Amino acid sequence: MGLFDYFHANRRSAEVAKERLSILIARDQIQRNQPSFLPQLQDELLEVIKKYVDIDQDDISITLDREDDCEILELNIALPEKPRQRQPS
Amino acid sequence: MTRIIVITSGKGGVGKTTTSAAFAMGLALEGYKTAVIDFDVGLRNLDLVMGCERRVVYDFVNVINKEARLNQALIRDKRTENLYILPASQTKDKEALTMEGVEAVLGELADTFDYIVCDSPAGIEHGAFMAMYFADEAIVVTNPEISSVRDSDRILGLLASKTKRAAENRSPIKEHLLLTRYSPDRVMKGEMLSVKDIQEILSIPLLGVIPESEAVLTASNQGVPVIANRNSDAGLAYQDCVARFLGEEIEMRFIDPKKKGLLSKFFGSN
Repeated sequence: MGLFDYFHANRRSAEVAKERLSILIARDQIQRNQPSFLPQLQDELLEVIKKYVDIDQDDISITLDREDDCEILELNIALPEKPRQRQPS
Repeated sequence: MTRIIVITSGKGGVGKTTTSAAFAMGLALEGYKTAVIDFDVGLRNLDLVMGCERRVVYDFVNVINKEARLNQALIRDKRTENLYILPASQTKDKEALTMEGVEAVLGELADTFDYIVCDSPAGIEHGAFMAMYFADEAIVVTNPEISSVRDSDRILGLLASKTKRAAENRSPIKEHLLLTRYSPDRVMKGEMLSVKDIQEILSIPLLGVIPESEAVLTASNQGVPVIANRNSDAGLAYQDCVARFLGEEIEMRFIDPKKKGLLSKFFGSN
């Protein structure tokens, strides 16, 4: 789609707004219903992993998803490209 | 039985204070003894919109700190019988609103008033939390704009979980949606979220729609709640809202584009 099409697309902005909002609010509501221990779990995991690998707060993400009757706790840790292993002191 | 109503929104600038002033005056005009309280400590503005800024001597925080009696701080509206304003403090810290202090003031007001209207500050911090905590009903003021709708949803979440009624497992706060700054013309052109869109997303009962109107700015310039202007679309829309709030069934107005005459259609003027 060219630039011309982009500006002249027949989608009306209110439709776009409604679609974006519906998705956003559904996601907000899932987050709101997450158990409150997740941030603390994330901090504690970070502390443990930091003992061995040099990572930041941003390198860990924890999400909780619901699928039908089962809950999935997803933990993502992005390790640095060249692991700077800490020398045990 | 006194009812406590919070006027809230999350987002700033959507019309909470305009609505608080209009709604409180509307209830008083219907004969109910009404107090309207400014919870925006540090950024008081309700007194300006109500036109009583020069009569403020004591404020909400003075009463909480027992530096003044409630009767000394309440300002009686000069135009409307039954209407009283409790201004916010302009100087104190917002933490000055203690839970016990707010509860005591509301309790004392409940002895003599039918309605207490709490004008919440924007945001979701202490002042906003105090304004909603003791409420029986909430009017969620929303603009047809994505950020405002999202914040309203957030506020609805807090109303359901972080209030006294939620803490005590009583029946939940009764929620009302009030849509402000609505432009039927822009909705028809597909440039603005419609009443239906917003209601679908927030799924709470619609109390009313206030059209985008020049009368709102004129009213606040003059310090007269817009509901007093019976010749304005916004004033009439607020009157409808108050009547609906009190249980009347009134059809929504100002949600369809104005019909243009042949001449104005031809010349394309408004």
